Amino acid sequence: MKLKISNGRVIDPANHIDDQLDIFIDNGLILAVGKTPEAFIPDRIIDATDQIVCPGLVDISARLGEPSQQHASSISSETQAAIKGGITSLCIPPDTDPIIDSPAAVELLGDRANKAGSANIYIIGALTQGLEGELLSEMLALKKAGCIGVSNGLNPIRNTLVLRRAMEYAATLDLTIFINAADPWLQSQGCIHEGMVSTRLGLGGIPEAAETIAIARDISLIEHSRVTAHFHNISSGKSAALIKEAQERGLPITADVSPHHLHLSEHDIGNYDSLSHVIPPLRSTRDREQLQQSVREGVINTISSHHHPLDSDAKLGPFADTTPGISGLETLLPLTLKLVDDDELSLQQAIASITINPAQILGLDAGHLTVGAKADICIFNPESHCECLPEKFLSAGKNSPFAGWHFHNEVSFTFLNGQILYEREPNDLLSSQTS
Amino acid sequence: MTNNQLTESGKLKHFLTIEGLKRDLLTDIMDRAEQFSSLSGRQVKKVPLLRGKTIMNLFFEDSTRTRTTFELAAKRLSADVMSLNINTSATSKGESLLDTLHNLQAMHADMFVVRHNESGAAEFIAQHVAPHVSVINAGDGCHAHPTQAMLDMFTIRRHKQHFPDLCVAIVGDVLHSRVARSQIQALAILGVGEVRIIGPQTLLPTDSQTLGVHVYHDMEKGLKDVDVVITLRLQFERMQGALLPSPQEYYESYGLTQAKLDLAKPDAIVMHPGPINRGVEIASSIADGPQSVILEQVTHGIAVRMAIMSMALGSQPEQQDKTA
Repeated sequence: MKLKISNGRVIDPANHIDDQLDIFIDNGLILAVGKTPEAFIPDRIIDATDQIVCPGLVDISARLGEPSQQHASSISSETQAAIKGGITSLCIPPDTDPIIDSPAAVELLGDRANKAGSANIYIIGALTQGLEGELLSEMLALKKAGCIGVSNGLNPIRNTLVLRRAMEYAATLDLTIFINAADPWLQSQGCIHEGMVSTRLGLGGIPEAAETIAIARDISLIEHSRVTAHFHNISSGKSAALIKEAQERGLPITADVSPHHLHLSEHDIGNYDSLSHVIPPLRSTRDREQLQQSVREGVINTISSHHHPLDSDAKLGPFADTTPGISGLETLLPLTLKLVDDDELSLQQAIASITINPAQILGLDAGHLTVGAKADICIFNPESHCECLPEKFLSAGKNSPFAGWHFHNEVSFTFLNGQILYEREPNDLLSSQTS
Repeated sequence: MTNNQLTESGKLKHFLTIEGLKRDLLTDIMDRAEQFSSLSGRQVKKVPLLRGKTIMNLFFEDSTRTRTTFELAAKRLSADVMSLNINTSATSKGESLLDTLHNLQAMHADMFVVRHNESGAAEFIAQHVAPHVSVINAGDGCHAHPTQAMLDMFTIRRHKQHFPDLCVAIVGDVLHSRVARSQIQALAILGVGEVRIIGPQTLLPTDSQTLGVHVYHDMEKGLKDVDVVITLRLQFERMQGALLPSPQEYYESYGLTQAKLDLAKPDAIVMHPGPINRGVEIASSIADGPQSVILEQVTHGIAVRMAIMSMALGSQPEQQDKTA
């Protein structure tokens, strides 16, 4: 299949391209950008006039609910949701059921992904056996089975000696370690940010220190072991400051943040809105501003959905009894680009934060439109208008606090390996540009 | 924030929290409670205001006094009332809580009086009941206990006429106290001059000043010249979470003794939401002494709850038609 994407504004931060260019696709690969290759006769021309053409999105952390939690969601529905959201590659943390701490678990998940999945799925292996924080997992075996990094998921390692050795061992194998930083004791008492809203609602608070203590501890051990480390889902401004300081000392540390922490704060919990129940919790408006600034400065260079699909019962109950988590695959792109509308980020920077930056952290050959690369591409319409309607999500999880928000930048096409996997129905288009 | 406990015309529909209510409404409750209060001296203590109504007390957490006064209040309003103690462990998940609720609603309840150990539970239940059903919060987690706060305001008003001139001190475990949160809100709405909270840092919420109170860790300073001293019950499990070393040390610093009470105004009143731990948060001689109004609070609980229940069920037009 030969395709030509014509006349779009191509933004490819990896190659410093922001120009009106044609893209030529052949045999699943990008054949040319700009100049028409000789004797190229496309089977289809996609007119991308007034639209933006960028690399397919790379989501550095998304939970899909597979394999055993099939009632909530499945690889099939969640990867379709990803594709609809312009995401062509996503990375799954090891805290699935069963836990990804053996080559067999990697194979099981990999098989299912190959059969049912419509996006590229990458797997992070467990750092310790059973994520229990006591014995090292067989990281070499996990690496050979295809894991692209190691992590203890949402189970923080309490024993500092184990963490130090896990980091040293991962460094030996040249594996990146992915960290959800949390002090288990300070986190255990609460369900929302400790501050004025927890005080008003009488809900247990999780202090900012639950995150900063863990990050400070981990940075010390990263400095010692020289492991390449990535912090997931930073929620507080002080955490970002710690990371910035470590980066300035030359430590191999990167970080990501979720769109909900960039757009919402503790106040969005209102009167016990369980859809805003998420861990780490939504923090103060000052934290939100500092996180936005950290993305602007590049301290946090990646934005991730931290997708966690839940069925409706999981959000039905008194706040503390509900399950934390937000369904985010289908809002990653519009919420990231809303930061551009709000003058918080440049368009190039926003796109880099969901394409090339996470791809580089994960060590993937993705997130760019270099000639010869796989044609994973997202086309979106900056002039479109749509309302966020979670009940229409393809994801099995309709748990989004962004219902009713108005977005631009709706995805109109998603290409995976040169194939069109998503094409918005022309009758959905407010400004129809398809050929 | 929208106030879903009021009808469109601003009348009481549910009574979930003091937050967001107007001073006029709180005053109405107290005025109406004054009327009901005069009933208790009569031979026949009942009025027929809620005849034919069914009120269900759903207590997911143990309580004797609150449940009893709610029952008595309902009976004196001539409602049919039943109390259910529901084991929380069997209904700790939202699903089964809703199932329980829907089953009881199918028995044509007009009002649920709810106590639950999770903050926000009353709000959650109010969101899921049928439109004609009223929900009264009889205490949810650490969030709110609005009827207790109103009976406390009523008691204060009986003794101290003018709220803006008052200085009120709340002593003890404010962090875990739904009573304190509701009291602080009610005092603010009624325009009380100054509200202080007194306790060790472990028992006061983070960012307490956002509640509009002055924070004291030193009880001697905090009690200086106050008009009202409210002591809070100290839960003994607080020793477990490393919040306090021992009840003895707590009493030493924050127990209300005569020497400390003497720092308040000479006519200061002493309150406690009960049940009292004598010798832990308050000396026996003070609990039983001339400045204590603790038993009055219990008595006032009936009239205040009658006022709130009759207002909540009277606010619905179709029911007004029926009683007319």
